[in-house]
Amino acid sequence: MRLVLKSETDILKKVEEISGQNVFSCYQCGMCSAGCPMSEEMDLLPNQVIRLLQMGAFDEILGSSTVWLCASCYTCRARCPRGVDLARLMEAVRLIVLRKTKDDYIPPARMVKEKLPQIALISALRKFTR
Amino acid sequence: MKLAYFPGCTLKTTAKKLETSALAVAETLGLKIEELPNWNCCGTVYSLASDDLIKQLAPIRNLARAQSFEYKTIVTLCSMCYNTLAQSNILVKNNGEKLRKINEFMSEEEDYRGEVEVKHFLTLFKEFGFENIKKIVKKPLSKLKVACYYGCLLLRPKRIGIDDCEQPHILEELVLSLGAEPVNFPYQVECCGSYHTAVKPEIVAMRAYRILENARENGADLVVTSCPLCYFNLKDRQRDVKRLYAGFKEMPVLYFTEIMADALGIT
Amino acid sequence: MRVGIFICHCGRNIASVVDVHWLKNEAAKLKNVVFCEDYIYLCSEPGQKFICEKIKELNLTHIIVAACTPSLHGETFSRTLESAGLNRYLLEIANIREQCSWVHQNTPEIATKKALKLIKAALAKLTYAKPLTPLKVPMIRKALVIGGGIAGIQAALDIANGGFEVYLVEKEPSLGGHMAQLSETFPTLDCSSCILTPKMVEVAHHKNIHLFTYAEVKNIEGTVGNFEVTIVKKPRYVREDKCTGCNDCVDVCPVIVPNEFDQGLGARKAIYIPFPQAVPLIYTIDLENCLNSKKLIVCENCFKACGPKAIDFLMEEEEVKIKVGAIIVATGYDLIPLEALPEYGGGRYQDVITSLDLERLLSPSGPTGGVIRRPSDGKIPKSIVFIQCAGSRDPEHGRPYCSKICCMYTAKHALLYKHAVPEGKVYIFYIDIRAAGKRYEEFVQGIVEEERVLYLRGKVSKVFRRNEKLVVLGVDTLTGRTVEIETDMVVVAPAIISNNGGKALAQILKTPVDEFGFFTEIHPKLRPVESPTIGIYLAGAAQSPKDISESVTQASAAASKVLALFSQKRIALEPIKAEVDVELCKGCGICVKTCPFGAIKIIKKKKKKYAQVSKAVCQGCGSCMGACKFRAINVAHFTLKQLFSQVDALLEG
Repeated sequence: MRLVLKSETDILKKVEEISGQNVFSCYQCGMCSAGCPMSEEMDLLPNQVIRLLQMGAFDEILGSSTVWLCASCYTCRARCPRGVDLARLMEAVRLIVLRKTKDDYIPPARMVKEKLPQIALISALRKFTR
Repeated sequence: MKLAYFPGCTLKTTAKKLETSALAVAETLGLKIEELPNWNCCGTVYSLASDDLIKQLAPIRNLARAQSFEYKTIVTLCSMCYNTLAQSNILVKNNGEKLRKINEFMSEEEDYRGEVEVKHFLTLFKEFGFENIKKIVKKPLSKLKVACYYGCLLLRPKRIGIDDCEQPHILEELVLSLGAEPVNFPYQVECCGSYHTAVKPEIVAMRAYRILENARENGADLVVTSCPLCYFNLKDRQRDVKRLYAGFKEMPVLYFTEIMADALGIT
Repeated sequence: MRVGIFICHCGRNIASVVDVHWLKNEAAKLKNVVFCEDYIYLCSEPGQKFICEKIKELNLTHIIVAACTPSLHGETFSRTLESAGLNRYLLEIANIREQCSWVHQNTPEIATKKALKLIKAALAKLTYAKPLTPLKVPMIRKALVIGGGIAGIQAALDIANGGFEVYLVEKEPSLGGHMAQLSETFPTLDCSSCILTPKMVEVAHHKNIHLFTYAEVKNIEGTVGNFEVTIVKKPRYVREDKCTGCNDCVDVCPVIVPNEFDQGLGARKAIYIPFPQAVPLIYTIDLENCLNSKKLIVCENCFKACGPKAIDFLMEEEEVKIKVGAIIVATGYDLIPLEALPEYGGGRYQDVITSLDLERLLSPSGPTGGVIRRPSDGKIPKSIVFIQCAGSRDPEHGRPYCSKICCMYTAKHALLYKHAVPEGKVYIFYIDIRAAGKRYEEFVQGIVEEERVLYLRGKVSKVFRRNEKLVVLGVDTLTGRTVEIETDMVVVAPAIISNNGGKALAQILKTPVDEFGFFTEIHPKLRPVESPTIGIYLAGAAQSPKDISESVTQASAAASKVLALFSQKRIALEPIKAEVDVELCKGCGICVKTCPFGAIKIIKKKKKKYAQVSKAVCQGCGSCMGACKFRAINVAHFTLKQLFSQVDALLEG
């Protein structure tokens, strides 16, 4: 499907503001995707998400599961040769979506009902809900 | 020198074992540790957004309280608490404007001046000296092959990491001093799946399978860890692993302080 | 004194801000000024002709040019004066562009007034100017080449063939550098030793080349035309004049250690030559690993076995002092060690090797006789994964640059492996392919097409061992999938760094290096082989990562600069040097300590102690002038009187 490129959208500016990162530092080497523990479950790889951000195609990212599968493990950040903090970029996209839709990505009701350590539940609530 | 111990929510309940064994070991080593009075939940994850200052309140309030009780250092066990407190501490130390705003908002607390240090128990034990620990080992864990699992949040991001993030060796040194044999374990810094355990347990099961199988391939008898979430994901989720991967055999998972307690002869 | 002032418009650069007509009228009123005119482009040919004509027509004795910075056209206008018969040091340039119109664009009135002040200051300095003649110092027309790799060898041969003597200093026991370690070179696949050895032998036999191997440069004093170099010859414990290269000593030596030339993959004895074609063919004893020490001899095997009786354990370090006129730095490169790449095992896994290790495995004179074998078990690998950009293009770890040669040599390695193991599978992880040289692109594409090598665009995040195999976790960004490969061997292309960091030698040479340790050139485009220090030239990978053809090109270029320098028997030094007023000098010695070049000495003559400046060494920096409390030392053309009068002119009204 053809991607129609528009001039820089406000969303990219917002993403860069919230994350404090410059997406154009990324030269698409893929080191992040190669090391990401969740990458095989994702439809779009982390480096592809950055590429789409560079191209201003935010809608493509919205339809994908990638940012929600992120585990905030910082492996990408630790290995990126250009020092791009992807963990912050993923968080910025998540926050923009949550703030815009004013809804939970995964409501607490749909979370696992077993006995979990508190930190599991609280961090899940922090990442997936308003 | 008194050290403030920050337990965090999980260590008082689901991960009680980690706390009891750790405090017992600390006592045996003669370290003066007191629980921080009036602590609150640290927030579990460090907020990665630049415009969400309110999420820094929870960790900073603990640091301010420690400061008000005249503690210079907070020690913690849970990797998530360590990561959150340490990163927040660095943020306010480097950004006077943000610190000022936080202090202003928390009008009931003393103004945090950025003087408290956040340490993990492993660093504490390292400073005590692994050779010194070796001297007081009563039951050396000889012939035990241990895979040292670090997870993510103890080592990354690099500025708060307690050791090198690709080839750490602090747990291995500890295990050696207890008389056991640490095995080569390439998956020792791979993420366990973290909070996905609350929404997509199958993913965690997949990660746990990989990590435990890698430990087994390298000859481990058991896996030790520090983080209660990793412990849950690697141990309790083994029933999901068994369900999804035929032929998977159980692998024992323990907290590092439990094997320390064993070796030092504490019950 | 008849002063002529020429004010340049520099097109609109100056004239759009500074009111040049007002300036001309005001400047014409100054004392001693007989001529003052403005012109649109003084640096042009008609502009210079204009100046020349006016000098002759009006008998002008001193000239002020108010224009751009002297760094740009100082030489141009100096020559103009000379062509009109005036001494070039009777010229002052008032910089009314970089120091005036360009920086005060928003305040033209102030800029114009400042321009007048700058002209007044130039006039004040000019009032006390004296005509000066360049010093002609006899030049020692011999060259020093530091480094015996391909660049050093080529430079030495070019200078020697040009008819001048060359001292070539190499720190290893043999010439050859890294090129001697390679098996075949891209893109022609020539055998590296076969094309290198003839040149090495030519160097050894050339009547104009004095070869010092197993030696290092310890100290350098002096300046272009007159460098005094101290070379330290490390003791080989084998007499060069007696050793015949028969190899009998090696057979009986009991000590076996890893061979550095083979990257530690092969072995040598404590007495050794690094490789069979070594030049000079003289053995060396590595005393650290030899059973003997300086004080105690316990093993005499080699001593007894040596027919010509060349072994001499009493040899000491020897210092040799030489005098040369020019120096070429050709110290080459190194690779970062695997320990700097912890994601790829950090040196823990034997079957993860560097590209240079693979060169030794491929080389017929290498540790495996040219057969690629896994270091762990000696088996021939059925698949290899190559990882490019390992440590390069990585600002996070302090190496943001590209190492330039890895894309090409990896393609070459893939080709050589496939020739040896036709059914073997090759995977190459890359970010970009840089194949810009002649026939380089065709070389790479040919390998992809014909050898069916799989190029995967993405980096590898982790390599670890599983049983007998290595597991590689990477990504292919073109399909958007993470990939996992189980392979027999992994070859990484480590980042190139300067040999020994370059910094130590740079300190001795007093020439700059950049933040990565590569020697800095004076201008990357127009003067790539000259360092900012006159008389010191650069060649090869010591200046920046490059391949053999570029190194040879640079070496010949540096040699041509040296030959141009040597075309005169005497070298003309700028007369801008420090001079001591013996009456005022108290001999306190502060200037001696301040001088960064060691050009000043305190001498005693007829009961008077005073400072004496070596004009050859003095660089005219003025540090001594600033330090002297008694105002006894002055730099010609920038005397204290001149400088103070400039300041007065700037500060008045």
